[in-house]
Amino acid sequence: MGNFDLLAFAFSIIRVMTPLLFASMACMIFSKGGVDSIATEGIMLFCSLAAPLGSWMFGNCWAGLLFGIAVGILLTCVFGYVTLFLKTEPVLAGIALNVLASGATIFIVYCLTGEKASTQSIASSTLPIVDIPVLEKIPVLGDILSGHNILTYLSLLSVLVLSFFLFKTKSGLRMRTVGENPDAAESVGLSIIKYKYMTLIIAGTLIGMGGAFMSMGYVSFFSKNMVAGRGFIGIAAESMGHGMPGGILLSTLLFSVADALAIQLQVMGLPPELMQLMPYLVTIVAIAVYSYQREKKRLQHA
Amino acid sequence: MAQDILKMEGITKIYPNGVMANKDVDFSVREGEIHALMGENGAGKSTLMKILFGLEEYDGGSIFYQGKKLDKAGSAEMIELGIGMVHQHFMLVDSLRVYENVILGMEPVKGMVIDSAAAVSQVSEIGRKYNLQVDPMAKVGNLSVGLKQKVELLKVLIRGAKLLILDEPTAVLTPQETDELFEQLLLLKKSNHTIIFISHKIREVMRICDRVTILRGGRSVETIEVKDATEEEISRRMVGRDVVLQLDKKPAEFKQTVLSVKNLNYSNQFGKPMLRNVNFELRSGQILGVAGVEGNGQNELAETIFGLTQGATGEVLVNGTNMLGKCIRSIRDQGLSYIPEDRMTLGVAKDGAIWENLIPDRVDSPNLKNRGFLSHKKITALSDELIEEFNIRCRNKNQTLAMLSGGNMQKVVVAREFSAAPDILIANQPTRGIDVGANEFIWKKILEKRDEGNAVMLVSADLNEVMVLSDSILVMCEGEVVAYFEDSSKVTEEELGLYMLGLKKQGVREVG
Repeated sequence: MGNFDLLAFAFSIIRVMTPLLFASMACMIFSKGGVDSIATEGIMLFCSLAAPLGSWMFGNCWAGLLFGIAVGILLTCVFGYVTLFLKTEPVLAGIALNVLASGATIFIVYCLTGEKASTQSIASSTLPIVDIPVLEKIPVLGDILSGHNILTYLSLLSVLVLSFFLFKTKSGLRMRTVGENPDAAESVGLSIIKYKYMTLIIAGTLIGMGGAFMSMGYVSFFSKNMVAGRGFIGIAAESMGHGMPGGILLSTLLFSVADALAIQLQVMGLPPELMQLMPYLVTIVAIAVYSYQREKKRLQHA
Repeated sequence: MAQDILKMEGITKIYPNGVMANKDVDFSVREGEIHALMGENGAGKSTLMKILFGLEEYDGGSIFYQGKKLDKAGSAEMIELGIGMVHQHFMLVDSLRVYENVILGMEPVKGMVIDSAAAVSQVSEIGRKYNLQVDPMAKVGNLSVGLKQKVELLKVLIRGAKLLILDEPTAVLTPQETDELFEQLLLLKKSNHTIIFISHKIREVMRICDRVTILRGGRSVETIEVKDATEEEISRRMVGRDVVLQLDKKPAEFKQTVLSVKNLNYSNQFGKPMLRNVNFELRSGQILGVAGVEGNGQNELAETIFGLTQGATGEVLVNGTNMLGKCIRSIRDQGLSYIPEDRMTLGVAKDGAIWENLIPDRVDSPNLKNRGFLSHKKITALSDELIEEFNIRCRNKNQTLAMLSGGNMQKVVVAREFSAAPDILIANQPTRGIDVGANEFIWKKILEKRDEGNAVMLVSADLNEVMVLSDSILVMCEGEVVAYFEDSSKVTEEELGLYMLGLKKQGVREVG
């Protein structure tokens, strides 16, 4: 058994929280803007492949991040278009996209590299680590909070920015109106399409950053199915947090502790299979919570 | 004479499915008048107003507003021009506050942030000006229907509307709330606003409107001065024939008690008590009206008696046997029959054929079978007979239900439930959302049932319906029976209204 390092453990919670937080913030935006969030998982997987490919093609990690975000926006818009305008059942379109993602990403990797497991053979970089000037000097806090990837700080910042956007600005108010009662928006002459697309673009950006963190945060390559249920966990965290940013942050933290604990247990010598089990177990819990909340909402509207 | 503020000429609208909703409709409104737009369901009132408000495109005709021809424009432009619409179903966001709903789309901002202090004061100011008192900080989801309507009016007025379209504004209001609304409308008229008032209810139109335009079958029939018209005249023009508005009712003969409800309590799935200690008796030969503002337990009472809810306590005695908690099949076998509140969810299978919707309660009956299998011949005979008897307007029994109009769909439900030969009929909003013709027909059928010596419990949010049909009336408020009148002719609508709003309550002895 290895030694249990509390500081390192706390640090790892923040680290593993990053993609989960992006996913749950994206789900929050989906839910406020009235778009189904079930496809988050698949879109995030596509983004986690797109980011290192972009970095490889353009030879620049920032270009990689932007490419990942672009793919995220494109796919959320496609999903939004087929469910909102062509009226496909969202669960159906979501399952299609999620299943497609796990197959198509491997196919693309195979076409480009001849391997099926990862993109390790192509050159891609990681996004930089940031040390926070004053904070890094403070013992304990500095050890836990400083020295994370830039995306980690962006994910935390996004909670604040999105809260401000949703509850203080007029675009936020209009987006929430379109999400909750499109007829109300139409009755005062607001464009539903505009705010639906605003929802899709913001959510797509967040998913893109979450996906990029997976393959450009600490590793510099995509490996198959690396998102492993994080998109679904985002859906669950959104439900558990009752759609409010603070609540969602707390429930995301809870999932992150579970995730970090699994990694820690593996380091301490427990079988790796246990760790591999963890995301799926949490996914089951997450989807159960999602269905429960959905049913409750349905009953309330009935 | 005042100028025409609005003129619609030769408006024609054909929906993509080939239905002609408006044909060559002429409609003009004078500045400063309250102008009623009347007609049966499907007469084209809503379509015409949607066209005016820019929510639907039209295929022919032209619209002039303040003398200028309007090109086909959206609702945003209409709002700009000073046209506002209060829809029948409220266009409000429940989770937002009153002021947020009102200023939506025209939010005052300070930098990037919504200036909520300015917004609140704007909303209170316009509320004071038009005597529409609503707390700007209240959550809309917590408001009563009457207050929500005020929020809708505020929304329209704050945008500077001079021409207001109100789509069936009184459908959901109690008599007191209706009186209040009318006072506000008269106040608006005084400040030179023009109002288009869409309604089914002739009496209300007679009360506050200056002129009325009647639509029938998508065409405009006539525009008349209200002061020169009578109720009978207007209704005849709407339907195209005479309609019995006052039913001639034989005196009731109450016989033995067939249904008795004792100490009935029920909480819904969110734990909210919907029925509190409900007691009453229903006798054969009696129509018992259940009145109340919607959402005060009437629907739950009807559903609980018919076995559609779970977890209620107390007793529902049908001919002395407690049927509470029994399955619906056995409740039906005891001679109960049910017309549900919402025909689309519980009344019909809309993708099924008419004949399929006429028989599901009796598929086990030997009358429909031949050697143990359903007999198509017997079903056809029964369906044709019911379509004939209940005057269901359709091509034939194989037509899909979804193709029928609301009134004819309801007739399918009524045909099924009445032909089950019930001793006790529970009619939950039997005439909601259907036209005058079908309404009259269903009323007559209900009276027929009573005269044959059956018992009827009639739940309705339409106070006029309760008053006209019922022999006795029970009033519910917040899940309680707050009043009972053995003889319905001895009570007025206004008095019922006081009980419905919870302003008055009878003592335990009077309720019985």
